[in-house]
Amino acid sequence: MDDNKPFELACPLLIASKQTIQLAHGGGGRLMQELIQDVFVRAFQNPMLEALHDGATWQVEKGTLAFTTDSYVVRPLFFPGGDIGSLAVNGTINDLAMCGAKPLYLSAAFILEEGLSLDVLQRVVISMAETAREAGVPIVTGDTKVVDCGKGDGIFINTSGVGLVPAGVRVLPTLIQPGDAILVSGDLGSHGVAVLSVREGLTFDGNVESDSAPLHQIVSDLIQSDIEIHCMRDLTRGGLASVLNELAEAAEIGMTVDEAAIPVSESVRGACELLGLDPLYVANEGRFVAIVPASQAEAALAVMHRHEAAKQAAQIGVVTSCDPSMVVLQTVVGTHRVLDLLSGEQLPRIC
Amino acid sequence: MKYVDEFRDHAVATALAERIKKTVRRPWTIMEVCGGQTHAIVRFGLDSLLPRDLTLVHGPGCPVCVTSVSLIDQAACIAFAPGVIFCSFGDMLRVPGSHGDLFGVKAAGGDVRIIYSPLDALELARKNSDREVVCFAVGFETTAPAWAIAVTQAKQLGITNFSLLIAHVLVPPAMEAILSSPQNRIQGFLAAGHVCTVMGYEKYEAIAQRYRVPIVVTGFEPLDVLEGVAMLVSQLEEGRVEIENQYTRSVGREGNRQARSLVNEVFEPTPRTWRGIGEIPASGLRLKSAYRAYDAELKFQRELEQLTEGIEDPECRSGLVLQGLLKPPDCPAFGTRCTPEQPLGAPMVSSEGACAAYYQYRSHASARA
Repeated sequence: MDDNKPFELACPLLIASKQTIQLAHGGGGRLMQELIQDVFVRAFQNPMLEALHDGATWQVEKGTLAFTTDSYVVRPLFFPGGDIGSLAVNGTINDLAMCGAKPLYLSAAFILEEGLSLDVLQRVVISMAETAREAGVPIVTGDTKVVDCGKGDGIFINTSGVGLVPAGVRVLPTLIQPGDAILVSGDLGSHGVAVLSVREGLTFDGNVESDSAPLHQIVSDLIQSDIEIHCMRDLTRGGLASVLNELAEAAEIGMTVDEAAIPVSESVRGACELLGLDPLYVANEGRFVAIVPASQAEAALAVMHRHEAAKQAAQIGVVTSCDPSMVVLQTVVGTHRVLDLLSGEQLPRIC
Repeated sequence: MKYVDEFRDHAVATALAERIKKTVRRPWTIMEVCGGQTHAIVRFGLDSLLPRDLTLVHGPGCPVCVTSVSLIDQAACIAFAPGVIFCSFGDMLRVPGSHGDLFGVKAAGGDVRIIYSPLDALELARKNSDREVVCFAVGFETTAPAWAIAVTQAKQLGITNFSLLIAHVLVPPAMEAILSSPQNRIQGFLAAGHVCTVMGYEKYEAIAQRYRVPIVVTGFEPLDVLEGVAMLVSQLEEGRVEIENQYTRSVGREGNRQARSLVNEVFEPTPRTWRGIGEIPASGLRLKSAYRAYDAELKFQRELEQLTEGIEDPECRSGLVLQGLLKPPDCPAFGTRCTPEQPLGAPMVSSEGACAAYYQYRSHASARA
């Protein structure tokens, strides 16, 4: 044995298994350092992350900060129109955007299951990096943990984000006024249906792709165009119906929504009819509802229509002073009924 | 969307509602048999378009709702057995048995999976030859052919780790049970279009004549239901007792012969206990002797022996709701002690349940408060 070389255990099996995540990848040792350098730092590339400090630091501008966090457990990891990585970046960017904030930085924490293919992790991380780069919001700090095989489901990701709210911008449910217009930024239900279409045990042909997209540019344009946004909310789990109910409850106002005006694509409607789902409750990952003064509804829609992700933005209803905390749906046959919160879970683990 | 939008047209709906208003001269009570129709009525607010003299009563046509507590207990017992993969349609998982629901079994470690097709369950059995795949076969005549295909394919392929816990029910015996009850007030039926798509409507001719009730085979879209009601009230006002078919785009008098013969090949009628109603003779299906090897009740006989009679929550009045004797909001527990999150009975959780329809689509703010 060459005494100058450090002692090393060599086992072909161990080398082969380097293609999958091992408990040691989260153990703080060499494997973890390799994983951080070769996978995360290489993909996310930015000076704040490359400092490899315990956290990221930056100078604070004067103003109001927004801070949010979200965890992602979608199954399967890859679905038409996206994957858990792009979802984790867009989702947190959107939460910041809904506060009226310009997203500044993200963190990414990974809980990996022992045995996960390194290739799968690479694909997810590269997707995150590309999404973050395109959105102009760097991932500046992170964490990795590995759990025993069978104790996770491949990859779980948590992302947190910090954003800056421009001076003078206030977006709150309590600002909603009777007479306001209710706008949605696009057609509903694509994300839920896209994920469902590739679920184990339920594959169906369809060309529905997830609507997962960052919304901060649209919001920024609305603010720049002097649209007085009273409130915004992104339409994730529970869909449009749940968000409208939350807002009606928080603002203690009523809402009347015209079913015929709500944009839903033919493919999503078809899938929902077949599966007994209501598109108004199906999840989205790149759609939001905006409540603006009626006089600015048209201008707001014109701004939205300039963006690819909001080409089908439409006014779907109005805020009223009758029936506080209640959302009333005018059905396609001209009758009225309550549009209530969802009971139970329509589709588990879609984000 | 084609085949949907044309059956939800505002102008046609208004015209049909006008036609019904002009026709009705006396009070009538009619029942829509199927829970799918109940949901269309409540979801689209169709009852608000009808004259006050016309009372719509919701029928027992929700297979999940009528499944007895004892059968749900059996399902839970089998799902807990070692090595079992228990498959069910999603609705069934939240229906309370004597000691909780199938979601509870899943949370406690039972391998309970939601399926959308019987053939998916068969595929699961093929891929997991070391496990027993048991399916909760719930449904009316509509679902029976799909289970029949799964069982015949299992036999052809020599798959033995596959079996059905059968909760299947039949519509005509239930209609007869309602009509023969001394409390009956139903004067006409909207029959379930999808059941008739499979079985046809020959059997209803005898029921109509025996009990002197007109029956209109009706679809599920808002205009289907309104047209069915219009046809039914015309019969009632004119004193006619006939079987009419509103749902001609799907239903023929003899139904789907291939599907019927498949069901007859695999299943035979058996007495069945309906939740809240009790036992109705020849109102269920069981496997014929040639397919008995796929009967979970026999396969898991030893496990099921230990079970005692299922206990329904005494406060739940689903029996009255299912017979059209009580409207869901008139139940004292509705929206307070019974909600979709904490249901006392199945009609509050099934996607075809009448209580769930009222809870989801009608204001229950007062009940909540």
